[in-house]
Amino acid sequence: MIVKTIKVDQLARVEGEGALKVVARDGVVQSAELNIFEPPRFFEAFLRDRMYSEAPDITARICGICPVAYQMSAIHAMENALGVVVDGPLRDLRRLLYCGEWIESHTLHIYMLHAPDFLGYAGAIEMARDHADIVRRGLDLKKAGNAIIALLGGREIHPINVRVGGFYRAPRRRELQPLAEELKRARDGALATVRWTAGFDFPDVERDYEFVALRGDGEYPLNQGRIVSSRGLDIAAAEYDEHFEESHVEHSTALHAHIKARGAYLTGPLARYALNAASLSPIAREAAREAGLGSVCANPFRSIIVRAVEVLYACDEALRIIDQYEEPDRPAVDLEPRAGVGFAATEAPRGMLYHRYQLHADGKIADARIVPPTSQNQPSIEEDLKIFATAWLNLPDDALRHRCEQTIRNHDPCISCATHFLRLDVDRGR
Amino acid sequence: MARIRPRLAVWKFASCDGCQLSLLDCEDELLEIAGEVEIAQFLEATSASVEGPYDLSLVEGSVTTAHDAARIQEVRKQSRFLITIGACATAGGIQALRNFADVREYAAIVYARPDYIETLATSTAISDHVKVDFELRGCPISTRQLVETISAFLAGRKPQTPPHSVCVECKIAGNLCVMVGHGTPCLGPVTHAGCGALCPSYNRGCYGCYGPMETPNTPSLSVWLSRLGMDEDALRRVYRTFNANADAFREESERHDR
Repeated sequence: MIVKTIKVDQLARVEGEGALKVVARDGVVQSAELNIFEPPRFFEAFLRDRMYSEAPDITARICGICPVAYQMSAIHAMENALGVVVDGPLRDLRRLLYCGEWIESHTLHIYMLHAPDFLGYAGAIEMARDHADIVRRGLDLKKAGNAIIALLGGREIHPINVRVGGFYRAPRRRELQPLAEELKRARDGALATVRWTAGFDFPDVERDYEFVALRGDGEYPLNQGRIVSSRGLDIAAAEYDEHFEESHVEHSTALHAHIKARGAYLTGPLARYALNAASLSPIAREAAREAGLGSVCANPFRSIIVRAVEVLYACDEALRIIDQYEEPDRPAVDLEPRAGVGFAATEAPRGMLYHRYQLHADGKIADARIVPPTSQNQPSIEEDLKIFATAWLNLPDDALRHRCEQTIRNHDPCISCATHFLRLDVDRGR
Repeated sequence: MARIRPRLAVWKFASCDGCQLSLLDCEDELLEIAGEVEIAQFLEATSASVEGPYDLSLVEGSVTTAHDAARIQEVRKQSRFLITIGACATAGGIQALRNFADVREYAAIVYARPDYIETLATSTAISDHVKVDFELRGCPISTRQLVETISAFLAGRKPQTPPHSVCVECKIAGNLCVMVGHGTPCLGPVTHAGCGALCPSYNRGCYGCYGPMETPNTPSLSVWLSRLGMDEDALRRVYRTFNANADAFREESERHDR
């Protein structure tokens, strides 16, 4: 029997700390484990007995790369619990803020974490030695996303201006105008990014995922929508717990999210695109067509193109919102604490993020539950490795290891967010 | 002949990655910085890895596991200068809320099998474990101060990061005092400068994410905050957030413990 073990002790160019172990017997991959040894931080525990209004600032600290997603999910869940719907210009501003995060986070992933894999560099800084103009284009694009977050949120990481009910201060129309100029340039950069990534050399592999994403009323999903899947699921966020569960798997003490009826599923850009491509703006739809994506993209290595299409969409959508923006009368709606349970799911750049809060009558949090995208995607990432790596077993070890790492980076896992599935038997190879 | 550039390493402990992301968020300066230093270790940004020793280590995150308590000793041994970046590394971060509770209870709330979780009962600052040469405050740090700190290191001088309160920055920004003008509770008078008085500029009270300033008078501020309607419970919570384990904030929060 020939045993082959591929280990990566520290995954680079992902957010947080993780490792990988693939075991093959006689040319067949037996197991693939994405080990996560990020220390637990206990957010759901210390959210208890905090006021509902404190949740957005606290949950932002789960992740420095997608704090807006955590703030927005917490805010929508709290508003759901308090029986308030925030609409009109305040809703548009939230959508604009989320566009900023998609641009910033996706661009970081495309240019700094993922593209170096396709071009054979250790990272973007190494890539800049040969491709300075391309890396600068990425940095400019990322900066445009951050400019939106900084203006609306006060700063790029852990924004301070959002609150349950709206904002502390709503921007004036004229404050948004300089953003529009920057975003027009960014939109050109985003289109160039789609074309650039479409020219990469992709492994010819496909997967039969169950895609899960939000679906809005004719709009590409960001903050709101029903939870739908490519196999017929169509539910409100409040029904998430009836259809999804987190469980232990045999090889790991890790919690993995599954659809109760069927098993592993995938959220994120591939899922959003498969379920919502028709709602993209015309320029983004055209760029996707030109890049050869079709109506569904099931090759996870091509997710880098789909991310680029979403960046283009986010630039376009941000410009639309700025163009149509009417200043609201007040930056936030009034709220009264009450007992209740609130649910929300939003589309973090990496995929769907679900929050549920139970509130006491005085507005304090009785119970919190947060399911980050990475815990939902982890079973699918491991399945990718099991299915693909068998075909790659004849590659030299370095090449095989690189392919496996790339397979994980396809899904942009955000490990700090996802420490719910910490393993006990971490094998760091030390 | 290529000149020898100082070796920079970036290390992560328990954290959200936001402070090391601040380095990648220096969109205008990143490539210049990469020209001045050799990025020898920065796992989030590059899979390349150069062996130590390192001239400058930037450390993000707090110590929450026995493994990390040992690892920080190794990092210190390999680093000529060690600078901590952010509230986790300088004060234990938000995860230091466990220091006021029973961590086993916390584990039972979050995990189905809490007995599988290996963690320390506390989350502590890097300086509780090893000698730290400079601490950069903030949750998150400011990119401007990060560039200043790295520049200062390269020039062999002390970083210009003033230890005064957010109030000074608020005056410089020309803001109306939110506490006097609107009756909004604000931690600005006791909080370390660095953000540029961000929250008051957005009509919001400071929530202390840069931690305590030098010699803060927290008991006096608490009197003012209680006059604005904050009860004991609210006072305890307001000091107990992202810098909960910084001495001045911890002590003041404990004065309002039930």
